[in-house]
Amino acid sequence: MFLNQFLFFAAILFSIGVYGVLTRKNGVLVLLSIELILNAVNINLIAFGAYHQDLSGQVFALFIIAVAAAEVGVGLAIVLLIYRNRRSIDVSEADLLKG
Amino acid sequence: MYSRQTSPKEGAKVILGNLLSLAAENTPLSETGEWIANGFFYVVAAVAVAAALKMVTTKNVVHAALYLLVVLSSVAATYIVLGAEFAAATQVMVYLGAVMVLMLFGVMLTRAQIGKEDNLDYDHKWLGALVATAMAAVMGYSLWEYFGSKTMPDDMAPQRTSEVSGEIFSTFIVPFEALSVLLLAALIGAVVVARKD
Repeated sequence: MFLNQFLFFAAILFSIGVYGVLTRKNGVLVLLSIELILNAVNINLIAFGAYHQDLSGQVFALFIIAVAAAEVGVGLAIVLLIYRNRRSIDVSEADLLKG
Repeated sequence: MYSRQTSPKEGAKVILGNLLSLAAENTPLSETGEWIANGFFYVVAAVAVAAALKMVTTKNVVHAALYLLVVLSSVAATYIVLGAEFAAATQVMVYLGAVMVLMLFGVMLTRAQIGKEDNLDYDHKWLGALVATAMAAVMGYSLWEYFGSKTMPDDMAPQRTSEVSGEIFSTFIVPFEALSVLLLAALIGAVVVARKD
């Protein structure tokens, strides 16, 4: 098994996630794409942890999973609030900061 | 090992014990074993990439969430190949269980259409595709350059849950406690933000 096969897999997932974040207008879909990016990072951490036979990789992956769960909770609450105030979760319409 | 007086039940016990001790020793994968693990990984990775591509292009919000489910379970399978069993179990419980339910709730509460929807993407998709392709190219080049010939160690041992917990509760005890506080803060924050009044 090559180390690179896991790293390439993660890189491809990461790029697909970036594409999703950049092209999606719907707030929930943007959050879904962010999950994809975080998972790609986790694959990298666990692959390097297995490569170096070090437990830190898996521990950090677990930390990221926990932080991602917190992020989804807060992110969805914000999306819900935007929906309640504007009747739409189109992120291109949330442009109050634009001069 | 097997005496003639061994009852079938005890024989089964001996066999089971042997299997367990075999699995407990860090024997390197045989050639066939590695071949199987590799094949399994490539199948899972292909499924994951296809599902991820469908996820970012589908016109249906609920389908996107379900495609993400496929990707997340494939990632959990990849963790198994890498011998990170506890991370795989956590991935299934937290992501497939909790996060996906939250996401589907988000879809329902924002009253997304259940069927197809046309206004999900920006018009300038090619720009996003350009950025993503450039990113993949740069990452692919550097990975190839630096890790091109590195193989996983032959005696790659599964990282056991007991070892992981030992590591969390010794070296990483402070981040772990900080993470508990963060989760509590996120929980309270989400409730406060989403409250109705």
